Parts: sequence; structure tokens; C-alpha cells
Amino acid sequence: MEFMSNFPCFSLILSMCAAIVSSALSGKWARRLNTAVIAIIGMLSAGTLYLTYVTNQSYVYKMGRFSAPWGNEIRFGNLEAMMALFFSVIMLLSIWGGRKHLLAEIDGFKENLYYVLLDLLMSSLLALVYTNDLFTAYVFVEINTISACGLIMIRENGHTLEAATRYMIMSLIGSGLLLFGLCILYDITGHLLMSNIKEQVTLLVGTGEYHIPLVVAIVFISVGLAIKSALFPFHSWLPDAYGYSTVSSAAILSSLVSKGYIFLLIKVFYRVIGFEVICQSKVINVLFVFGLCGMIFGSLSAIRENDIRRMIAFSSVAQIGYIYMGFGLGTETGMVASIFHILSHAATKSMLFIAAVGLTDVSGQSKKFIDLTGAGYRNIIAGITFTVGSLSMVGVPLFSGFISKILFAQSCVSNENKMLPTLICLAISTILNAIYFMKTVLRIYTPVHTEHKKIKWKYAISYGVVCLLFIGLNILLGMCSEPVVSLIRSGISMFA
Amino acid sequence: MSRLKRDDEYQKTGAFRFFRWMKGTKDPYLDEVEMKPGKPYEDPRTLEEIMAEEYELKQRVYSLEHNRIRSVSERFYQVCSVLFSFVFAGIMLYLVANLPIAGTADRPVNNEVAKVYIENGIRDTGAVNVVTGMILNYRAFDTFGETCVLFIATTCVMVLLMKEEEKIRSDKSMNDRLYEPKNDIILQKIAFVLVPIVFIFGIYVILNGHLSPGGGFSGGAMIGSGMILYAAAFGFDKMQKFFNEETYKVVKVGALSTYCVVITYYLYMGANNLDNHIPLGVPGMIFSSGIILWLNIFVGIEVACTMYAFFALFRRGGL
Repeated sequence: MEFMSNFPCFSLILSMCAAIVSSALSGKWARRLNTAVIAIIGMLSAGTLYLTYVTNQSYVYKMGRFSAPWGNEIRFGNLEAMMALFFSVIMLLSIWGGRKHLLAEIDGFKENLYYVLLDLLMSSLLALVYTNDLFTAYVFVEINTISACGLIMIRENGHTLEAATRYMIMSLIGSGLLLFGLCILYDITGHLLMSNIKEQVTLLVGTGEYHIPLVVAIVFISVGLAIKSALFPFHSWLPDAYGYSTVSSAAILSSLVSKGYIFLLIKVFYRVIGFEVICQSKVINVLFVFGLCGMIFGSLSAIRENDIRRMIAFSSVAQIGYIYMGFGLGTETGMVASIFHILSHAATKSMLFIAAVGLTDVSGQSKKFIDLTGAGYRNIIAGITFTVGSLSMVGVPLFSGFISKILFAQSCVSNENKMLPTLICLAISTILNAIYFMKTVLRIYTPVHTEHKKIKWKYAISYGVVCLLFIGLNILLGMCSEPVVSLIRSGISMFA
Repeated sequence: MSRLKRDDEYQKTGAFRFFRWMKGTKDPYLDEVEMKPGKPYEDPRTLEEIMAEEYELKQRVYSLEHNRIRSVSERFYQVCSVLFSFVFAGIMLYLVANLPIAGTADRPVNNEVAKVYIENGIRDTGAVNVVTGMILNYRAFDTFGETCVLFIATTCVMVLLMKEEEKIRSDKSMNDRLYEPKNDIILQKIAFVLVPIVFIFGIYVILNGHLSPGGGFSGGAMIGSGMILYAAAFGFDKMQKFFNEETYKVVKVGALSTYCVVITYYLYMGANNLDNHIPLGVPGMIFSSGIILWLNIFVGIEVACTMYAFFALFRRGGL
């Protein structure tokens, strides 16, 4: 039992080690190693979750001989372990769902580099989830940014190079602001460890000393991470990056990379600044307004889009808006709803990307809606998966999207100032979601008599299995939401 | 289709005529219209001509003289960016004015953390250079992450620029040494003297990382620049005699994976309060300070490889 507390450290080191070894392997063996490592990380995270759930406490694990403010430290409770488990599951499914395209779209001798990027991305996600130290978080934010760029541009065409450049510029602005914020925090508190900073910040708030640097630091960190996770006015890099990169990359970027940053922001809110201080500052109101704008404008852009991948990408903007709106409510229940939406959106969005690529495969690789007519009959499993994903996004009961929407609606009731705008925007956004997703579903189930190439049987099996697993995961989140929500709640209470 | 009337009866009704008119099979004035699919339009121009024309069109549409909206928005954008820069600079200046004053003793950063590093640093890590002790022993995990940043940066440049070795060799236009004076005698003679000195100095800085300023990052950068100098003076053909892609892979992966093993052992033992059996030695000696010396060497190899790989990838798209 005691040995299990080593698991987070092991999974971090394991993924970094796998990346290093993969750079000398052939593509085939790098792929096998990657699958094995992510599966092992999933198991280790499940073990960690079991440990924290049974003992019902959080653990602090010192990385090295020296304890906290001097050495490095990671920390894990229910929420962290659950996130790590969830991230590894989604990562595995996304990679396997897009494998055929990966082989077709990248140069053969660069295949192992793709798995190097994926392994390091996994390690950085784990570190963002587990870290208890802001500088460690920053180091792994860098790894995350660079590997995400590589994932976008490994499919070498004009669109992806442009998208990667854009992503790089926006993301570096975000990193820069984050670094500014961390420097200011370090300067006024003298610590990099989250729990020590929180002690000092509580003292500073009590005395009112260094009020302005504190506010500026909160703003910089929030805005920096919001840019990196594509909150509404900073989303211009997103549609190209998700729309043109190879499908595994798109699924991983939309469902994991942005979520890693959001989780780091949650950790900063709870473990560094303190949730009450955040609620008193006006920053969450700004996040709230931008979240609402994102919900509406993201959906409007998605309706205008004529390319299925870019439509799904714009839908991500709207969903990120939901998550930030939940932060903006400034209540514990709002936070629970946001975290549930992180899970539900990650599961659904990667599923939609994988399903969409199945549909475009049987439509002559065209992503235009006119060519997708009737694609649901040509690739039955992809059609069903896309329909399930759309229903979940719209918020139909039985699927995960419904639970997050109902959680948002319930949580906003306790905040009288923000209740009305939240409910109105939720309603409008749901209708807009329904417009563009149902349009697509109707389109793919409109019968048409044109001949298209059949997909090869070899990849159809693994693709079908991945689709079924995605559907299962989505329904699991939708039907058995209560244990997940209580896990999130206990995880948040462990934060304090 | 369930129709109540028979076909010949139905053809007399107004609905039938209306739908026929809607479909366009019969025009009320011209009588029966024959529907023929038109020939698919074939563009007589070649692809280059189409692209050139589109380019010219775009140039005209988006040129500042012809497009008023664009020129206005461009000006608006410039004004906004200048304003934003001023506002941002103002915020930063205001912030700096409110930060703790630099150089005073009672700043929050002068707390027990720094004190312990300075007072117990030599005892805990065995490194005379406290900074090295800090980054490679106290906060060893961060530095491993930092090394991985370099590693992934090289990987990304490879993703972007790497070409297959045969392709580079067969493509004559890639060989940029054809267009240069072949053997620059001055450069070669100077490099002949300088490169060994640079290497030795780099190795010195790495090995003395725990005793004097420097360490893996700076020493590795020196060795890397020595390799770049050699490659620039003597060409990649000579460079590849002792450092080609295979050696690169072996050296780099060997160093990094050993680093990984060492750090895993160190973290695991440290975290579980087990004795790690790494002797710290006498502070001030070369072979002292436990893992720090070895980690410095691994970091140095990684940094040197990264520096050279950047140069080679940008210069010829391969190592």
C-alpha cells in the first residue's frame, strides 16, 4: 500500500524515459513502446487513485533526498489521480483511432519522432497534474508547448506550418505572461512551492501589503493560461491547428493539451492563491464574461464553417467558454461543474475528431459537408460515433454533455448576480450547438447514390474498437456521473 | 408514392403541370425542353498561370492603395498596438514601483530557503558551487525536465527540417559547399589550432561544474560551438568521419538514458528515505559531490549534441 505512493513519480519518469529511448528506435517499436508505456501509466494512475480513495487523504511525495521548500515535490489526491488516469485513457484511444492516418500523412522515417513527442507530452501533462511547485509547472509547460507544436507540424503542408507558427506565437505569449506572474509571486512571497506561497499570500492579503503586485500576478497567470487554453478572444490559432493537423494530434490537442493548462489554473486558484482571494479579485468576472462570449461566438463561428474538422474545432472554443464560465461563478459547485466538463469535453471532442475522420475517409478525403452527404451509411460505426458525440455535445440525457450542462445550471442558481446571464447563455449556446451538430448529423444520414471507396479491413477493426470504447466512455460518464462528481468534490476538498 | 388517381388522369391535373414546370422539364412558352448535361468546363490555363493570376488578383485586392477598408483597419491596428504597448509598459512600471525594493535585506526572497542552500549546501551536496548543488541535487527533477526541453527542441527541429540521408547526398543543389571557396585556408588553420582548445576548455568547465562557475549547460555549449567551428571549416564530410547520425544517436541516447536511470535511482531512494550509497567525497576534489559530476557530464553531452544538431539541421537538413 505504502509502495503505491511511488506510482506518480514512476509514471512521470517512465514517460520521459520512453521518449528518450524512442528517439533511437524504429517507428514500429516506438509505437509499441508508446502504447505499452501509456497503458502502464494508466494502470499506475488507477493504482494511485485506489490508494488516495481508500485512505481518503492526499499524499506529498518529495522528489529526491530533500523535503519541500528546498527540493522538488509532487502532490496527489483523488482529483489528480483521476485526471492522470483519464488523460492516459483518452491519449491511448486518440492515438489508436488515428493510426491509419498517421502512417499515411507523415514521412516514414519521422514516425518515431511523433512518438517521442507524444511520450513527452504525456509526461508534461502528468507533471502539470501532479506538481506542487510552480517552477516545475513552468518547465513542463515549456515541454508541453514545444511538443504540441511538433504534433501540429509533423504533417508537413502549408496549412499546418502556418498553424504551428501561429500556435507557437500565441502560446509563447501565454508562457511569457505565466512566467511574469510566477516571477512576481516569487518576488513578493519568496517561495516557489505552492503550499508555502499560499501561506504567504494569506498573510499578505491580511496585512494588505503588496496588493498591486498580487493582483497583477493573478491577472498574468490567469490570462497566460487562458491564452494557452484558447479562451474566446485568444482562440485565433485554434481552428487551423485542430483542423489541418493529423487526426490523432487534433484529438490530443483539443482534449488534453488545453485541459492540462486549465487544470494547472485550477491548481493555482486553489493551492497557490486561495479560492477566496481569487473570488474577491475581479479576475473571475473577466473570465466569466469571456467564457460567456466564447460560448456564443464559438458556436456562431462553428455554424458558419463549411469544413467538418474546423467546425468541431470552433465547437471547442465554445466548450472552453463553458469551463471558464464555471470558474467565473466563483462557487465550489461551479468548479465541480467545470471539472466535470473538462472530463466530458475531453472524452467527447476526441471522439468527434476520430469519428469525423472516419466519415471523411469514405467521402474521398473531402471535409466539405456537400461531400459528406450519406457518409453515415458508408461507414456505419463512424456515423454512430459521430451521432453519439453530437448528442452529447448538445446535451441530450444519457450522454456526458447533459450532466455537465445540468451541473452548470444547478451551480449558477446560488450566485444571484450571475444566474440570469449564465442561464440565458447556456440556453442560447445549447440551441446553437444543436443547430450545427444536428445539421451535420442530418447531412451524414441523407441518402445519396454515389460510389466511394470502401475502407480497408485491416484498420477497420482497431478503428471500430476505439469508436466503441469512446461510446462506452461517454455513456459511462453520462449514466454513472454520481461517483465521478463525488470524486471531484472530495478531490477539491483535498486541495485545501 | 401513394397517388389516388391513375397516371393518365393525373397528367391532366394542374398539380402535374405545376410540378413539371417546377422541375423545368416543360416550359409553358417553349414547350418540351430537352435536358442535356453540359460539358464539364476545362480551364485552358496551366496551373502556374492560374496561381499567378490568383496571386495578382490577391495583390490588387489587398493592396493598400485600392482597398480602403484594409488601409483603415491597418492604421487602426497600428494605433491599437502602440496604445496597448504603452498601457502594458505603464502597468509594468507601476508594478515595479510597488515591488519589494531590490538589494534590501528584508525582502521576502531572503528567507530560510536561500539560507539553508548557502549554509548547508556544501554539507548536503558536496558541491562547492552552491548553484550547481541547487540545480543538480536539491532540484534535480527540474533540471531533468529542463534537459528534456532541449531534447524535445531538437526533436521538433528534426520534425521540421530533417531529410533522408540519401536524398541529401543525391540532391546536388543541397550541397552549399559547391558555391563557396572550397578550402578556406585561414579558417582551416585557425580552426585547427582553436578547436582542440575549445574542446578542452569545454570539458574543463563541465568537469569543474561543482567547483567553479560553469557546469553542464555552459560547458556543453562550448563543446557544441567547437563542433560547429570544425564543421564550418572542414565541411560535413570530414565531420561525419567521427560524428554522424549513428554516433549522434548513440552518444545522445546513451547519455540521456543513463541520466534517466541515475535520476530514477536517486529520486526513488531519496523519496523513500533510503540510503543511496553515493559517496559525497571531499568537497573541492574533482571526484566529489556524488551524482552532480555525472549529471553535469550527461547534461554537457546533451547540450553539445543539441547545439551541433541545430547547426547541422539548419545547414543541410541532416546530421
